[in-house]
Amino acid sequence: MSLDIKPSKISLVIGASSVGTLIEWYDFYIFGMLATIISKQFFPSDAGTSALLSTLAIFAAGFIVRPFGALVFGRLGDIIGRKYTFLLTLVLMGGSTFAIGLVPGFATIGWAAPILVLILRLVQGLALGGEYGGAATYVAEHAPANRRGFWTSWIQTTATLGLFLALGVIILIRSNQGVEAFSAEWGGWRYPFWMSIVLVGVSIVIRMKMSESPMFTKLKSEGKTSTNPLKESFGHKANFKMVLLALFGAVMGQGVIWYTGQFYAQSFIETVCKVEFVQSRNLMLWAILFATPFFVVFGYLSDRIGRKWIMMFGMLAGILTYRPIYQYFLDATNAKNRTEKIDLVNTKASEKLASVDSKICTKLYVVQKFDTAYTDGAVFSYTKTDTIHLTDIVDDASAGSIQYTSANSMDASTLDTIKVKLKPANGTVLDANKTAQVTIASVSLKPNILVEKIMDKTTYWNLIWLVFIQILYVTMVYGPIAAFLVELFPTKIRYTSMSLPYHIGNGVFGGLVPFLGTLIVEFTKTADNPAGDPLAGLWYPIGVASICLFIGVIYLTNRVDKEVMD
Amino acid sequence: MNTIKKILGMVWMFLAPAIIWFLASQAIQKITAATTLTKSNVTLQWVIILTIFTPICIGFFIFGYYAFKGEYAHLPASSKDLE
Repeated sequence: MSLDIKPSKISLVIGASSVGTLIEWYDFYIFGMLATIISKQFFPSDAGTSALLSTLAIFAAGFIVRPFGALVFGRLGDIIGRKYTFLLTLVLMGGSTFAIGLVPGFATIGWAAPILVLILRLVQGLALGGEYGGAATYVAEHAPANRRGFWTSWIQTTATLGLFLALGVIILIRSNQGVEAFSAEWGGWRYPFWMSIVLVGVSIVIRMKMSESPMFTKLKSEGKTSTNPLKESFGHKANFKMVLLALFGAVMGQGVIWYTGQFYAQSFIETVCKVEFVQSRNLMLWAILFATPFFVVFGYLSDRIGRKWIMMFGMLAGILTYRPIYQYFLDATNAKNRTEKIDLVNTKASEKLASVDSKICTKLYVVQKFDTAYTDGAVFSYTKTDTIHLTDIVDDASAGSIQYTSANSMDASTLDTIKVKLKPANGTVLDANKTAQVTIASVSLKPNILVEKIMDKTTYWNLIWLVFIQILYVTMVYGPIAAFLVELFPTKIRYTSMSLPYHIGNGVFGGLVPFLGTLIVEFTKTADNPAGDPLAGLWYPIGVASICLFIGVIYLTNRVDKEVMD
Repeated sequence: MNTIKKILGMVWMFLAPAIIWFLASQAIQKITAATTLTKSNVTLQWVIILTIFTPICIGFFIFGYYAFKGEYAHLPASSKDLE
């Protein structure tokens, strides 16, 4: 049996489904994109890596609950229908994203801030858990049998385009506002969250105009819908064994390949290689732009040659090439592999700028920036922040500079008198002619050094090319997966059955890549090697993908099921 | 091929508890080694990891059991066969 659906109708179905799914991905990703800022806003300011890990844990929590969303909304979708279920998930996603943008920071409401964010993140995860299975099922149930891979691959592009949109919006706002205004407690980083409510509103209007899936409508009219999809999906061995096979033989590996290519790569380039914020995001944007059409290419190809080998090849390529690719990232961004340009115009140290801590008035931060230019055009900036504790507060609040005496860094037996400019706090006007004298109680032994590297053109494009290759692997494993999953399960329990393995594979195995990757690197840090092995985090995706590849090759079939009307 | 699938089923059945054991021993080691300042965070991280991966490993064990029993010897030709 086949459906006779006009091409114009299917384009509408794909368009309406994809827009909503894209927005849900956008909502979900902005949290991850802003993890560094969120960790500073919603956790104590002195928590450092621990705060970032906790933020990544909250980010991961959103992934972890996705399987539960799959169960809750999958069940609803198999009982009341696909259309209304993914309308509901859209509202939940938009509402929770908007609300994250309204939560005050740790400085204002203390521990209530991360707790509220965690709760809202869980709602986001639940909603996404219900969304994807619905959209993929909905499109697949409209698509002709010989084009199912091609049509569902459009839904597959939305995850990557959602990431693209999230990156684009963040870069745009940050460039317009400047770093400080963007990172402030009520700064521009909240705007992408607030924007969500508008996007979701538009998407709801589009989706309201859609009709129910023809296969589900037919099943419903015949009274053949499932009364207990959860029991039928996981209580019947014949179906449950396919859920397990889908998870361990395909989706688990697909999940880690996806999140390594699109998230771990960006996190690695920014936090390990220290490539400057905008440049690291721009290179992701280029790579995504070039690679996205391949979702459709591999979806189309899967209709011709089968789904299995395309997905398996994507996993194998990732397993074999991740370490050389990431080693190149490290080498290409390492200052030791460059020749410094001896040029006083380009290689310079800024004047020292001091600011008084807003809460502890005897705490002074002295910032100095050093720019080092290289012969290939790269510029590496090192911003050193010394924390100085004073015996008393700065007595003259209007002083434009302060003067203190400190041990000479070159010769500890001598003393230097240092005069630094004071950075005015919000709304204060300082008198440049006044100098306040202060006495130092202690200076932090380890200054905080922030490194930002602006890469030369050749390295920049090499990085784009290597991220593109990783996203190409993503398109291989992810392009055909919706059609593959849809064909494994019968219509009446399809939403539930395909959603669970998909979200365990992607949400849990994939979503944990940044968190576990960072954690594994932490484990390799020792007193002798305080930086640890920066490539150690890759063992997690490589290990999971290897097991999945092995199971997939041995147990999966390459057959395409033409008949999904059952 | 079916014999290989069955033999590998035993491997998955062995691997599943081995992963749980490895994770549990790592958790104990890391939590014990954590400083007072980082203890609560480290504990939270490992509780999350163990809570997530234990049920998945149980599922992996069941997958191995099905493979060992020959349930994957012949995969259904269409989703109709699942009913």
